[in-house]
Amino acid sequence: MSITIKDVDHVANLARLTLTDEEKTTFADQLNAILKYAEKLNELDTDNVEATSHVLPITNVLREDETRPSWPIEDVMRNAPDEEDGQFRVPAVLE
Amino acid sequence: MTEATKYETVIGLEVHVELHTNSKIFCGCSTAFGAPPNTHTCPVCLGHPGVLPVLNRQAVDYAMKAAMALNCEIATESKFDRKNYFYPDSPKAYQISQYDKPIGEKGWIDIEVNGETKRIGITRLHLEEDAGKLTHVDGGYASLVDLNRVGTPLVEIVSEPDIRTPEEAKAYLEKLKAIMQYCEVSDVKMEEGSLRCDANISLRPYGQEKFGTRTELKNMNSFRGVQRGLEYEQWRQAEVLDSGGTVVQETLRWDDAKGVTISMRGKEEAHDYRYFPDPDLVKVFIDDEWKARVRATIPELPDARKARYTSELGLPSYDAGVITSSKKLADFFEESLNYTKDAKAVSNWIMGDLLGYLNANNLDIEDVKITGQGLGEMIGLLEKGTISSKIAKTVFKAMLESGKLPQQIVEEQGLVQISDEGAIKAVVDQIVTNNPQSVEDYKAGKEKAIGFLVGQVMKETKGKANPALVNKLLVERLNQ
Amino acid sequence: MAAFDMRLQDLHNQLHSKEITVTDLVDASYRRIAETEPAVKAFITLDEENARAAAAQLDKVLQEGGERGLLFGLPAGIKDNIVTDKLTTTCASQFLSNYDPIYDATVMKKLKAAQSVTIGKLNMDEFAMGGSTENSSYAVTTNPWDKERVPGGSSGGSAAAVAAGQVYFSLGSDTGGSIRQPAAYCGVVGLKPTYGLVSRFGLVAFASSLDQIGPVTKNVEDSVYVLQAIAGHDPQDSTSANVAIPDYTAALTGDVKGLRIGVPKEYLGEGIDPKVKEAVMDALRVYEGMGAVWEEVSMPHTEYAVACYYLLASSEASSNLARFDGVRYGIRAENPDNLIDMYRKSRSEGFGPEVKRRIMLGTYALSSGYYDAYYLKAQKVRTLIKQDFDQVFEKFDVIIGPTAPTTAFKLGTQVEDPLTMYLNDICTIPVNLAGVPAISVPCGLADGLPVGLQIIGKAFDETTVLRAAYAFEQQTEHHKLRPQL
Repeated sequence: MSITIKDVDHVANLARLTLTDEEKTTFADQLNAILKYAEKLNELDTDNVEATSHVLPITNVLREDETRPSWPIEDVMRNAPDEEDGQFRVPAVLE
Repeated sequence: MTEATKYETVIGLEVHVELHTNSKIFCGCSTAFGAPPNTHTCPVCLGHPGVLPVLNRQAVDYAMKAAMALNCEIATESKFDRKNYFYPDSPKAYQISQYDKPIGEKGWIDIEVNGETKRIGITRLHLEEDAGKLTHVDGGYASLVDLNRVGTPLVEIVSEPDIRTPEEAKAYLEKLKAIMQYCEVSDVKMEEGSLRCDANISLRPYGQEKFGTRTELKNMNSFRGVQRGLEYEQWRQAEVLDSGGTVVQETLRWDDAKGVTISMRGKEEAHDYRYFPDPDLVKVFIDDEWKARVRATIPELPDARKARYTSELGLPSYDAGVITSSKKLADFFEESLNYTKDAKAVSNWIMGDLLGYLNANNLDIEDVKITGQGLGEMIGLLEKGTISSKIAKTVFKAMLESGKLPQQIVEEQGLVQISDEGAIKAVVDQIVTNNPQSVEDYKAGKEKAIGFLVGQVMKETKGKANPALVNKLLVERLNQ
Repeated sequence: MAAFDMRLQDLHNQLHSKEITVTDLVDASYRRIAETEPAVKAFITLDEENARAAAAQLDKVLQEGGERGLLFGLPAGIKDNIVTDKLTTTCASQFLSNYDPIYDATVMKKLKAAQSVTIGKLNMDEFAMGGSTENSSYAVTTNPWDKERVPGGSSGGSAAAVAAGQVYFSLGSDTGGSIRQPAAYCGVVGLKPTYGLVSRFGLVAFASSLDQIGPVTKNVEDSVYVLQAIAGHDPQDSTSANVAIPDYTAALTGDVKGLRIGVPKEYLGEGIDPKVKEAVMDALRVYEGMGAVWEEVSMPHTEYAVACYYLLASSEASSNLARFDGVRYGIRAENPDNLIDMYRKSRSEGFGPEVKRRIMLGTYALSSGYYDAYYLKAQKVRTLIKQDFDQVFEKFDVIIGPTAPTTAFKLGTQVEDPLTMYLNDICTIPVNLAGVPAISVPCGLADGLPVGLQIIGKAFDETTVLRAAYAFEQQTEHHKLRPQL
C-alpha cells in the first residue's frame, strides 16, 4: 500500500492542515517510509492478544456530581483571538 | 397520492436526551440552563491545553437508569471513545462519546398507534458530552460561540428501523419522553434542547426486503415537526421514485416555517470521525450490585401504570394511556385519588375539563395551579351533594386559576348547594304559582313541562338548589 | 556554580543558618543564565520578576521561622509544555506563542507547596515531538558539553539548563525517552516515573497513554526529593494511580547487594556505539563489585517498539492537537475566507514540520479503514512489549542498559531522516509502552561526551530504581563531571 498525493490531500483535510506542494511530496514519501516500516508489526501474530489502551489496570474512576465555581469570564476570554459580548467570534459556520 | 399504497416507509430515530445532573459530565461546571454566555465554563470544558476529563458518577447512573427503563441490556464493561471532528462548538475538536461499548444495547419500547400496540427496538443507548451553542451574527458572516452547554451529559438513543409511519415516529418520541420523565433523568424539554431528534427515512416497495436509500433529517424542533418533516420527506421520496428517479443519500434540514426539507449537500463533508478509545478515561466495569442499585431507583413506568389504571381502577384504555403519557398528569391523577375513591370521575374531569383547558391554552399541567387534592375534594363535594355539577364547573375553573381548595372557593363565593327542603319548597311554590300554563301542560300529560319548571327554580336560586331535590319537590307539588 | 552543586540538605542548612538566602539562589540562577544562555539557549521564557518576588516571600518565611517545603527555595526550570498560570506556555510552538494560561498544572501546585521558585520555561521540541530540541520554533538549544551538538530531546532545555547550572533542578516530560535521552546527552540524571505516578493534569498532551512528567537533576538524591514532591494521586487525572507514595529517601542506602539485574541483549545490539556499550559494561562491573548480579536476558519484541510507538503516539497526538484551532486561544490566521480556511491556515502557520508530519501520520492511522491495521495492531503489540517486561521482572529487580545507542549527535545531522531519528529511541520507547519507571544516570564519557546508563524498574517500584541509581552514583564520580562553559 502506498500513500499518494491524493491520500495526503484527504488526510490534510481531515486534520485541517494546508500543505504546500513541496510538503505534500515530502510527507507522501516520509509517510510511505514510516508506514512501510510499521508493516514490520505484521510479522507478529496478534490474533489472540488483547489490545492495551491503558497500561495500568485502573478502572471506574468517577467523581461525585458536585458543582464548583466556573472560571471568571475575563479569564475565559483572556486568550480569545476574536470576541464579541463574552463569546468567541469565528467566521460563519456554513449552514 | 400513491406512496401510501405503493411504498413501505422505514424510519429510524436518533434521540439525544440531556441528563439533568448538577455538574457537567467531565468537570464541575454547572449544567444550569440560561446563564450568560461562557460563564459556566472552566479550562476543562473550554478544552484548554493540558486538561483532563473525570467522569461524573451521576451521569453514568442516569444513563444506566434510562437504558434499563428502555429494556436495554446493560454493559458489564463500558468505555469512552473520541469522535474527532472540527467545529467551533466542540472545543477539543473531538467529542467524548461511546463507540463500541455503550452503556445499554438491545432494548425496546411499546408504542400505541390507532389502538394497536407495536414494539420498537432500541439499538443502543450511549453516554456522551453535549456541544456548545452557535449564534449567527453580521448577516451570517460570523458566528458567536457560547460553550456553557459543552459537557452537559447526554444519552443518545438509537432506534431500530422499526418505525413505519411518521405517526409512529411521533408516538415513539412521546413514549420515550414519558419514560425519561418517569425516570427523572431529564427535563426532556424540546424547546430548551434537552431532547433532540434526528431521523433516517427510506422507502421501499412493499414486499422488498432490502432497505431503500435513506436520507437523514435534522432540525426538527418539536414532535409535531418530526411528524411533519417525515410526512414531507415520505411524500418527496415517493415522488422521486414515482418519476423514475433515485433518492440521494444525504442530510436534509427541515424548514418548519416553509414546511419543506432542504438539502445540506455540498455544505457538509464526508465524515471520518476516527474513533479511538480515549486514553484520558479508564474503563467502567458495571457489576451486578451497581446495576441492582440503579434498578432499584426506577419508578413504575408508563406502561405499568396504564395497566394498573385499566385493570385496578377500571379506566378505559384510551383514558389511561392519555393520563400516563405524562408523569405529572399521572401523579396528579393519583394525588386526586387520595381524596376520592371515584377514579372514573377523576379521569373524566382530567380528560374533559383539565386537558380541554390545557390544550386550548397550550399549557402544561405544571402551568396551572389546580392540585390533585383540589380535584379529589371537589369530586367529594359533588358526591355529598354539597355542590351541583354546574357549580363544580365554576369551582374547577377557580381552582385552575387560584389553586385554592374547593371548600374555600365554595365558601368564599357562596356556592353551597341549597338542600334545605323548606327553602326549596318556598321557591317551588312561587314558581308553580307564577307559571300556571306550564302546570296545566304538565297535568295534561306533557311531562316535558317539568323541565321548564325545574329550570325556573334553578334560575331563581342562582343554580344553587339541589337539582334532585327540586325535581322531587316539584313532582310532589304538582301531583298534590 | 557552587551553590547549585551543593547537596540539598547542605543547602537547606545554609538557608536555615542564614548563610545564604533564597534571593541569593535566585540571583545565582539568573546570573548563570545571563552568562551561559547566549550559548546554551535553554529557556523560552524567563519569569524573573515573579521569581524574585517569590524569593523575597520565601526569605520572609525563613526570617519568621515558618514551615519550609521539601524543595524550599530551589530555583527550578519548567519544560514549556507544563501549564503555568499566567506564565506564557508555548510548547515551543508558534501556535501558542501568545498563550497566557488560566490555570496551573497539578505539578506546579505541588512545586508551589514544596516552595521551589520557578525561574522560567524551558525549550523543547515542539509539542515534545522530537529527540534533539531542534524542532523548537523558538531557538536551538545546544549541548553544554559541546555547543555544536544537540542536548537531546524533547526535554532538551530541561537537561541543558541543569547541566549548565542555570537551575537547581528542572521538570521534563517523557513520552518515548524525552527526559532520559537528553539527561544522558547532557550528563545529568533524568527520571521517568511509572505512568500514573505523577499527575498529567496540566501537561499539554502529546500521547496521553505514554506521557509522564519527571525530574531532571544533577544527581540521584535530588531526583528523590523532586519526585517526592510531585508524585501522588490527583483526582483531576483519571489515569493517576491511587497508590500510597513511599518515602523515597529510603532508596538512599548505597546498598545493592543481591540486586538482580537483567541486561537485554536487544539494547546492546546492532547500532549501538561501541564506546557507549563499553561504558555500560563498565557500569555493570561496578554493580558486580557491589554484590549485585547481572545476566543477559532477551526482550524479543524490542524491535517492534519503535513502529508500535510511532503509530500510537502519532494517533493520539493527531487528536490531542486538534484543539489548537484558533477559536479560544493561540494564534489565528489573518483574513480567512471562511471557517475551514481559518482552521487550516491557523494550524498550518502555527505548527512546524515535525508536528504536521505526526498529525498526518496519526490522522491516517486512525482514518476509516486503517484503524485495525495500524492503531489496534499497535495496541496489541504494546501488550506483547509489556509482557516482555513482565517476564523479565519475574526474575529480576531491574533492567539495565544504555539510555541511548549513541552520545549526543551534531546539530542538523539527523532531522532530514525522521526514521533514523525515531530509531534513536530504541532503548527508551519500550519503557513508555510498558508504563514502567526508568532513570538515566551518567556513566562516563565517550569522546568527551556523556553516556547515560538506563535503570528500569517494575511499575511503582521507583524505590528500587533510585536505590540502584544512587548506589552506582556513590561508587563513581561520573555525575560530578561538569561541562566547561
